[in-house]
Amino acid sequence: MGGPAVKVETLVKCYPTAVAVDGISFTVARGTTAALLGGNGAGKTTTLSILLGLLLPTAGRVQVLGEDILRHRYRVLPRMNFSSPFVDLPHRLTVRQNLQIYARLYGLPDQRRRIDQLASDLQISAFLERPAGKLSAGQKTRVALAKALLNEPELLLLDEPTASLDPDTADWVRSYLESWRAHTGATILMASHNMGEVERLCSEVIMMKAGRIVDRGSPQTLIDRYGRTNLEEVFLHIARDARVELQPVK
Amino acid sequence: MTRELRSSAGRVWAMLLRYLYLLRSSWPRTLELLYWPTLQMLIWGFMSQFLYVNSSYVFRAFGVLLAAVMLWDVLFRGQLGLSMSFLEEMWARNLGHLFVTPLRPYEWVLSLLSMSMIRVLLGMMPAALLAIPLYHYSIFALGMPLVAFFAVLLIMGWSLGLAICGLILRQGMGAEGLAWTVVFTISPISCVYYPVSTLPGWLQHAAWALPSTYVFEGMRAVLFAGIFRTDYLLSALSLDIVYVALGAITFFVAFRDARRRGALLQMGE
Repeated sequence: MGGPAVKVETLVKCYPTAVAVDGISFTVARGTTAALLGGNGAGKTTTLSILLGLLLPTAGRVQVLGEDILRHRYRVLPRMNFSSPFVDLPHRLTVRQNLQIYARLYGLPDQRRRIDQLASDLQISAFLERPAGKLSAGQKTRVALAKALLNEPELLLLDEPTASLDPDTADWVRSYLESWRAHTGATILMASHNMGEVERLCSEVIMMKAGRIVDRGSPQTLIDRYGRTNLEEVFLHIARDARVELQPVK
Repeated sequence: MTRELRSSAGRVWAMLLRYLYLLRSSWPRTLELLYWPTLQMLIWGFMSQFLYVNSSYVFRAFGVLLAAVMLWDVLFRGQLGLSMSFLEEMWARNLGHLFVTPLRPYEWVLSLLSMSMIRVLLGMMPAALLAIPLYHYSIFALGMPLVAFFAVLLIMGWSLGLAICGLILRQGMGAEGLAWTVVFTISPISCVYYPVSTLPGWLQHAAWALPSTYVFEGMRAVLFAGIFRTDYLLSALSLDIVYVALGAITFFVAFRDARRRGALLQMGE
């Protein structure tokens, strides 16, 4: 159980025409919520994809829950999960059918009980029999979270968890994630553009720009370091300030 | 059965269940499965009835064209059935979800193969049964050779399907048309409706490199002479092994390349 939930060492991902991730190193402690923060093209989603084993890096080492994801991804995949509002569950299947299939893929022992429990927790019971393609954005987000929590993951990776949600639904999702993490002791690593969300949920922020880590720390540490009043101002300062040195931070 | 094997079988079953749910969710798609084989059978059945009194070729064995069209559909539907289930995942942009679960690529392939067989049986059985009252012809009269012909053609369909899916993974959705077209390029040299001797000499060499050619020649041997050519069957099965190995290599290499390029998350319409 010891060691960080995520340990990334000198990770590089090059495409023929661009360097998406340029030698980053970081760790995420177990039982915490951390965020990868940065503008479009900063390398956040690329990093998450590598952590999920969906993308092979050009160089570097990645340990997830103590396992080398590049060599032993099937040891660790049952212990983690992922949710993104940009990747819908298949539209033609009902919510229950989708959840059943993923429950089987994770080999859950009591699938019906687990689905019903999550449906109740995430308030999706009313549309379990509805095709996934006929849901609103808020409903889709909650269903995607149900899928991501099916296997009771020790590590949950989230890509823009509240993108395209109205403020009320977004607040509900954040509250749910806060209480879920506190209750289970799991680790959350999210990529986000939403500074308020990151300030509220995360104890550690990793600021990325052009594939590199340019700063890191708790939200308050970063706010103090840059002499700003909130994380959004810090983000804008880093995003717009050409003087920020693009050096990997140790 | 070991625990790992049981888990693996569970994941294959999960994916098969997904494709069965998809099939059930759209009755027009289910109907389409039955529609084309039945329509083909009707056209070639009436054609056979006409040729039976006007052609010595069909007169020698009434079912020669009907059996050919039905067996050809095993090859075509076998390939298309695999490719369609694969394309469902592309259209749904679902690979990003599937491959963050413990699902292995080979387990996915096993579910695609299983679904292909179900699609072939669902499509072929009504046509084969309907031919009995309509034309007094039963393809089941071929007996055990039918099982061998079916297996050879289905495996060949799978090998083509795997190669096509690999090409789609490599080239993106712009290549999806291959799923409907590639198999027809081998139709003329598979000699479905005519003997290999009809082809020019140089093309006969290409024809004998296809497992399907042995099946259709073997089928005519059974129907015209009542002989089951085991030499044809062994050649066809040997070629099938080569073809399915090439198809699988194409698919798995393309899958790994898609992971390298980051295409698993992006692949879709």
